[in-house]
Amino acid sequence: MSDQSLADAPDLTVPVPPGPVPSAPSRDQRPEVELSVDGQRVSVPEGSTLLDACRQCGIDTPTLCYVETLTPVNVCRVCVVELEGSRTLVPACSRKAEPGMAIRTDSERVRLSRRMVLEFLASSTDVTQSPELSSYMESYGADPERYGERDAQAESKTQPAKVDNELYVRDYAKCVLCYKCVEACGEDAQNTFAIAVAGRGFEAHIATEFDVSLPESACVYCGNCIGVCPTGALVFKAEHDLRERGEWDASRQESTDTICPYCGVGCTLSVHTQDNQIVKVTSPLDQEVTSGNLCIKGRFGWQFTTVASKAADDTAAEGE
Amino acid sequence: MDLHFTADEPTASEVDAVDAVLGAAESRWHGGQRVDPSEAQTSESGHRTAGQRHLLLPVLHEINGRVGWISRGALNYACKRLEVPPAEAYGVATFYDMFSLEQAPPVVARVCDDIACQAKGAIDLCASLERAMGPAGDGNAGRCGWVRSPCLGQCERAPAVLVTAAGERPWTSVIAPATAQAVEAACSKDSPTDGPQVRESVPQAGQASLQLLHRVGSPSAQSLKEYRADGGLRAWELALDQGSEWVIEQVEKSNLVGRGGAAFPTGRKWRAVAQAGGPKYVVCNADESEPGTFKDRVLMEGDPFGVVEAIMIAAFATASERAYVYVRGEYPDATEGMRSAIAELDSAGLLKRACPIEIRRGAGAYICGEETALFNSIEGFRGEPRNKPPYPTESGLFGRPTLVNNVETLANVLRILPQGGAAYAALGTERSSGPKLFCLSGHVAKPGVYEIPFGATVRELIELAGGVSGTGRLQAVLVGGAAGAFLGPDELDAPFTFEGMRAVGATVGSAVVMPFDDSVDLGGVLLRIAEFFRDESCGQCVPCRVGTVRQEELLERLRSGHTIGTLDHERQLLREVSQVMRDASICGLGHTASSAVDSALERFPIFQGATR
Ligand SMILES: Cc1cc2nc3c(=O)[nH]c(=O)nc-3n(C[C@H](O)[C@H](O)[C@H](O)COP(=O)(O)O)c2cc1C
Ligand code: SF4
Ligand code: SF4
Ligand code: SF4
Ligand code: FES
Ligand code: FES
Repeated sequence: MSDQSLADAPDLTVPVPPGPVPSAPSRDQRPEVELSVDGQRVSVPEGSTLLDACRQCGIDTPTLCYVETLTPVNVCRVCVVELEGSRTLVPACSRKAEPGMAIRTDSERVRLSRRMVLEFLASSTDVTQSPELSSYMESYGADPERYGERDAQAESKTQPAKVDNELYVRDYAKCVLCYKCVEACGEDAQNTFAIAVAGRGFEAHIATEFDVSLPESACVYCGNCIGVCPTGALVFKAEHDLRERGEWDASRQESTDTICPYCGVGCTLSVHTQDNQIVKVTSPLDQEVTSGNLCIKGRFGWQFTTVASKAADDTAAEGE
Repeated sequence: MDLHFTADEPTASEVDAVDAVLGAAESRWHGGQRVDPSEAQTSESGHRTAGQRHLLLPVLHEINGRVGWISRGALNYACKRLEVPPAEAYGVATFYDMFSLEQAPPVVARVCDDIACQAKGAIDLCASLERAMGPAGDGNAGRCGWVRSPCLGQCERAPAVLVTAAGERPWTSVIAPATAQAVEAACSKDSPTDGPQVRESVPQAGQASLQLLHRVGSPSAQSLKEYRADGGLRAWELALDQGSEWVIEQVEKSNLVGRGGAAFPTGRKWRAVAQAGGPKYVVCNADESEPGTFKDRVLMEGDPFGVVEAIMIAAFATASERAYVYVRGEYPDATEGMRSAIAELDSAGLLKRACPIEIRRGAGAYICGEETALFNSIEGFRGEPRNKPPYPTESGLFGRPTLVNNVETLANVLRILPQGGAAYAALGTERSSGPKLFCLSGHVAKPGVYEIPFGATVRELIELAGGVSGTGRLQAVLVGGAAGAFLGPDELDAPFTFEGMRAVGATVGSAVVMPFDDSVDLGGVLLRIAEFFRDESCGQCVPCRVGTVRQEELLERLRSGHTIGTLDHERQLLREVSQVMRDASICGLGHTASSAVDSALERFPIFQGATR
C-alpha cells in the first residue's frame, strides 16, 4: 500500500460529462435460487452461499475462518451444515446455494461436529481472549476438559508470545490456524506475503521464512493481519502490555470513528481508547475505502500521542 | 510484488543446484540458452502457468538432492529466481518429509516401521540401527543418519529401507528385505547398491493369463524396440485410427472405475474433460503412498512403456495439451523407468500426436496423492486439498479442466481398446469389471502383486499368495489400506469387489490384502495406523488436524489403561472423534482416518480388559 502525496491527488477540475448519471445495476437482477433451510423455503440471489441463506432465515451460524472481505478457505469447519444427498456435512461459508438444495442447520450430526470442532480448538489453543469462540462453546456445550492434558497440546497452548517489535505481538498459543492473517497479508489485501503456513498436520503453524523475527521478515506493519485475527493471537503491543500488567479493561474503553489524517485516501479509523489513551486502531470491515485494511501510519502512527517510543518511529519510517 | 529477503547468501553448490533446473541467472536475463533441466522437462510455450512457481518443487528437490538440506541462503536464491515470497517457499518446503530445513547428514536411511514391515521385524531392525548408528533423526550423525518412515511401498519385501545420498550426483538404494548390516554397508558406500528385481514382486510373472502384469520381467521394459516387439503401442495406434470419440466410448462401455481408491467411473471423467474447453491437462497419479500398496510401483518398474502409452491415449482422447506424471518421491526406480520411457518415446517422435509428458516427483507427503492436493503440489503450493466442488474435470491443475487417473486405471485402457469396451466389461463381475491387481503383504507365504479378474474372495486371494504365514493362524486381515477396514477370519468369503466389500463395511481402496497372524499385537497395529494419519494430515482443517491427534492419544490411553474416566466414556469419545473426522473434514484423509480403527474395535476384543 503506497502513500499518496498531495501532488498525486485527483484533479477536481475534470469536467463532468453531460447526460444521465449512470448507476450500478441493482442486485435484484441476479436470478434467484430457491432452497430449503430447516424446512423453510428461501430464495437467495445466484452465487450466494449457504451461509447467506442461513443468515437470510435469521439462523445464527458460527464462523471462525470466514470473513466477508477474504476468500473463503473453509478450514475451521465450525459452520458445517447437513446437505440432503451429501455423504458428508458441507461448509456453509463457501458452499454455493443450488436450486432444490435442502439443508439442516441444527441436526444431531451438525451439533456434534460443531461441538467437536470447538472442543478440539479449545483443547489445543488458548481461547480465553476470543469471546466469539467462548460463546459458541457455551451454546454447543463444548467440554475441552475431557481430552486431558498431553504434552503436545500443552506445548501448543503454552508457547510464549513472540514479542520482537514495538508495534504488535504474535501469541500463537492463541492461534486457531484460520488462515485469515495469511490471506490478509497476501493476495486478499496487502500483497506482502510476509507470513505463511509452515509445517504439516498438528505442527502446522503461521511463520515467516525460517521463523525469522518480524523485523527480519518482509512485514511492513500494516496490521491488516491483526484486524482479521479472531482469537487475539495477533494484538497491538499496547494491548499486550496492558494485559500483561492486568490493566486491560474493555468496559472502560470507547471507540471513536475518524478519518486518517496522513494522506488523501480517506480511510476510516476506529480509535479505541481506555482512560483517554489510544490502545488500538481498527477500521470497519464494511467500510468501502478500507475493507478493514490500513497502512502502518493509520494503524500505528498514533503512538506519538502516548508512548514516546523512538523504536516505533524508526520501524515506521523503515516500513515505508 | 516486492520481495524481501534476509541477508543469507547461497553457497556455490546451492546456486548450481537451482541453476541446473532454471538455467544460469545471467543467461536467462540476457535471453541466452536455457539449460535443459533434468528435474523437470519444462517448456513454456502455450503453458498457462503462473510464472515459474510450478518449478518450486523441482528446485527444492535439486537443492536437497545435492546438498542434503535446504539452507536459508539456498531458499533465498531459489525464491529470487522464481519470484516466490520466501515465507511461502518455506511453507512449501516444510510440508514435505524428504526435505530438511536444518543441516542433515548427506546419507540418510529411511527405515519403514509401518504395519507390513512391523509384521516382518521392522521394530528389531530399528533397535539394531539405533545401536549401530545412533538415535533416529540425529542431525549431527556425521555422514550417515537414519530416520523412521511410513510405508515405503515395498511391503512385499519387508522390512524395507530406502537410502538417499546427497551429492553432485545424488543416488538412492532400495534395501529390501533389510538387515542392519546391509543398511550400514549401503550407507557407507559412495554409489548405489543393486536393489531387488521387480520380477520377484510378481509371483505370477510369466503366466499367460496376465493382462496387466504380462510384461513384468520381460525385456520390453528396457527399450522401445523390445516394447514394440512385444506388441507395444498397438492400443495407441488403434486409438489414432479410430479417433478420440471411439476411444471414449470404449472406456465408457468397459465400466472401468478408478483404481486409486475413489472408484469413480473412468469413462465419465474422460468424457467430461474431452468436452471441456482447453487448455486442459492429464495427470497420472503415481503418488502411491497408502500403507500396504505397491501395485503402481510394480507397473511403472515392470512396464513403464505401457503406462506411458496409456497416458498418451488419455491425452489424445481428451485433446489435452500436457500430461504430468506425479511419482512418489520414494520411488527412484519407477521414476527412472518412466523417465527413460518418456524420453525414448519422445525422441521417436511419438509424443507429437499426444502431448509433452512431464514427470514431477513428490517429496514425502501421503496427502499429495489426493487429487487436488496433487494439483497444488505441482503448482508449487502446499499440498493441501481443495474444497470440492469444483471437481477436477471442471477446474483442476492450474485451474483448468484436468483428467486425473491412477496408474493402474490407465493401464487398463491398453486392455480395453484391442478387445472393445463391451468384451472387457464381461470380465469380472457385473458391478466390478476387468482384471485387478491386489497387493498382498504381511503374513502371507508369497507376498507380492497378484492379478486376477474381479470376483475372487479374500480367502482365495490369500490362498493365491500361499496362505497365511507366521504362526499360520489368522487373526485379522486389513483390506483396502490404512484407510480401509479389518476383517475377521469369519469374513474371508467376502468377494473382493466393490459390491462385496461394501457388503461387509469395507472398501476396495487400493486393493491391499494384509493378513496378520495371531502373534501380532493388533492394538499396536491400530496405534501405528493412527500415528500414520496424525503424521500425514495436511493440518488444514480442524477435524482432521486435531482429531487425528486425539484419536492417537485415545488409543494410547486405552492400551495403557490410563483412561480418563471409564472405559465406556473413552469409547464414546473415540466414536465422536471418529464421527467429526468422517463428517466434517475437507478430504478423504480425514474422512477415513478412523475407519480401520473403528472396524477393528467393532470386531475384535481389543483394549477390553484395560479398564481401571
Ligand atoms: C488421502 C488420499 C490419498 C490418495 N492417494 C492416492 C494415490 O496415491 N494414488 C491414486 O491414484 N489416488 C489416490 N487418491 C485418490 C485420488 O484423489 C483420486 O481419486 C484418484 O487419483 C483418481 O484416479 P482414478 O479415478 O483412476 O482412481 C488419494 C485420495 C486421498 C483422499
Ligand atoms: S502487519 Fe501487514 S505485512 Fe506484517 S504480517 Fe501483518 S499483514 Fe503482513
Ligand atoms: S494468527 Fe489469528 S488470524 Fe492468523 S491464523 Fe492464527 S488465529 Fe487466524
Ligand atoms: S481432512 Fe486432513 S488431510 Fe484433508 S484437508 Fe483436512 S486436514 Fe488436510
Ligand atoms: S467458517 Fe466455514 S469453515 Fe470456517
Ligand atoms: S514398505 Fe513397510 S509397510 Fe509398506
